Amino acid sequence: MALTSIKANGMRSLLTMLGIIIGVGAVVAMVALGDGVKAQTTDSFGELGANTLNIMPEGGRNRGVRQARSAMQSLKTMDAEAIEKKVKGVQYVSPVVSSSYQVVYGNENVNTNVRGVKPAYLQKNSITVKNGYFITNDANENRLRVAVLGNTVAVNLFGEDNPVGKQIRINNQPFRVIGIMDTKGASGMGEDQDDVILVPFTTMQERMLGITHIQRIEVTVEPGYSQKEVGQSIINLLRSRHHLTATQNDDFRIIDMSAILKQMEDLMSKLSLFVTLIAAISLLVGGIGIMNIMMVSVTERTREIGIRKALGATFSNIMIQFLIESMVLSGIGGIIGIMLGCAISKVVPYIVPQAATLITVAPIIISFLFSMAVGLFFGIYPARKAAKLDPIEALRYE
Amino acid sequence: MQTKSPTIQLRGVKKLYKIGTEEVAALNGIDIDITEGEFAALMGPSGSGKSTLMNILGCLDRPTVGSYKLDGEEVAHLSDDALARTRNKKIGFVFQNFNLLSKIDALDNVALPLLYAGVGLKERREKAYHFLEAVGLGDRAAHQPNELSGGQRQRVAIARALVNDPHIIMADEPTGNLDTKSTKEIMEIFQGLHEKGRTIILVTHEPEIAQCASRQILVRDGVISKDAGRGVVMDVV
Repeated sequence: MALTSIKANGMRSLLTMLGIIIGVGAVVAMVALGDGVKAQTTDSFGELGANTLNIMPEGGRNRGVRQARSAMQSLKTMDAEAIEKKVKGVQYVSPVVSSSYQVVYGNENVNTNVRGVKPAYLQKNSITVKNGYFITNDANENRLRVAVLGNTVAVNLFGEDNPVGKQIRINNQPFRVIGIMDTKGASGMGEDQDDVILVPFTTMQERMLGITHIQRIEVTVEPGYSQKEVGQSIINLLRSRHHLTATQNDDFRIIDMSAILKQMEDLMSKLSLFVTLIAAISLLVGGIGIMNIMMVSVTERTREIGIRKALGATFSNIMIQFLIESMVLSGIGGIIGIMLGCAISKVVPYIVPQAATLITVAPIIISFLFSMAVGLFFGIYPARKAAKLDPIEALRYE
Repeated sequence: MQTKSPTIQLRGVKKLYKIGTEEVAALNGIDIDITEGEFAALMGPSGSGKSTLMNILGCLDRPTVGSYKLDGEEVAHLSDDALARTRNKKIGFVFQNFNLLSKIDALDNVALPLLYAGVGLKERREKAYHFLEAVGLGDRAAHQPNELSGGQRQRVAIARALVNDPHIIMADEPTGNLDTKSTKEIMEIFQGLHEKGRTIILVTHEPEIAQCASRQILVRDGVISKDAGRGVVMDVV
């Protein structure tokens, strides 16, 4: 019966449902987008290591001019070794030295980031070597000129060929390729993590850069230990090693990756809240639209209501009939909205390649139930009006 | 001669309306007894209170003062829902303009009172079809009202009035919108129902139509001005 009257007023019903369709569609699409982005960032941060502390030099001032981080020399290799030995709750420590160099193989010539890393870097960054092997202790101790290529670099230099065992030139120094890493994709910050060459730490620091300090220390916190506490222990250790007095500022800085991740999550949930608010307003407007059309419908069908009452329909009979009608109206709107939202979620990744969407069942069910609830709530007033009509008046209505 | 206890008993029924500060009496003290199986015609010029009386008799309205006993049960002060249930169970309506629902077919129109009586779908359809057949429209069950002629529509309405087996049929100018041939057919159906012992109250302003009834009640200025049987038939079945 409800369907008959909705079918009879097809265009009008569709326009009425539009508010619900847009509201529900927006919720479903935005939740899918939010979940997708959240899953993507959590994934890439997991690879990057959300349990990672980055220690950088800091605060070096030369006559009031803050110096570039790379020019600061406050972190030493010994600092990294001390952290590994003395701080509880540290799983891996990687001192980092890196620079951009011109890399040549045959006619191919690329500019890429070259990092000096210790063998432990493999486990710490969950790297897998798909071809060849990783940097060994032996290579590190003997400052060997060997290199492990990221996938992008390997493809750029060698194309289809197998690079393992081949000779490349990094900054005009000959290196032997010993391994190729598996593809890691873009990082949480959007940079290509495969556009990198890894060489032994000592080779990089002493042969390539000719320095004694290090640019950065990456510390992986052991599961079960708080990043905050480990970070504090590191601060205490480094302050005493650097002979800093109580009045002096730290000459280094610790960046907590989990804090960045949390910031991203906060941003996402604020965005979700905002979208939910817009959707709520849209649903409210949609609900008022339904109420409006139901009022019109009650007036138009006054005579029908009179006939039904004369034949014995009670208050609740009429009430239920109109409530069902408005719920069917909003429910159909909800279903169309869900389909629209899912369609948008499927299409968005093709238009914006960085955006990932993830469609889950919960928001679909919730938004459907919510659209039904909107129909119920905004149907009450018109349905009551219909049910309270006086049968004699209603029968006389032309 | 045997007198039955009346199906309908009105005592001192008044219906008062307030227009501004003035009270106008649409009905001003009506006493009627209608016995089971009677075929009564309710007549009167427009503005006489005939429609108001019809509404009260049909349990669509309540009297302002007075008593209305339907099958011995006082219904003058029932709630809206109780009146609705009374209408559903005891009264079948036939209107001048048919009052069929235009968006559903003849069968569903006939079945409508059974819906509100709480009868299941299958039984509703079966019963409705049976009554459609009884008025000769078994082959039109799936037709919408606008696909039927006036006479056919009124027959559908009669089937609807009968479907829940009510004591009383209330017919308000049932032939007012019909041609002579259909009028004759419809009146024959009413005659048939009367012969089977059904109580019929027919509201009309056409004397020829009223002649079909066994009793004529004339309402004027809110009171009954004349109450006469056709010939000798009065209070007797």
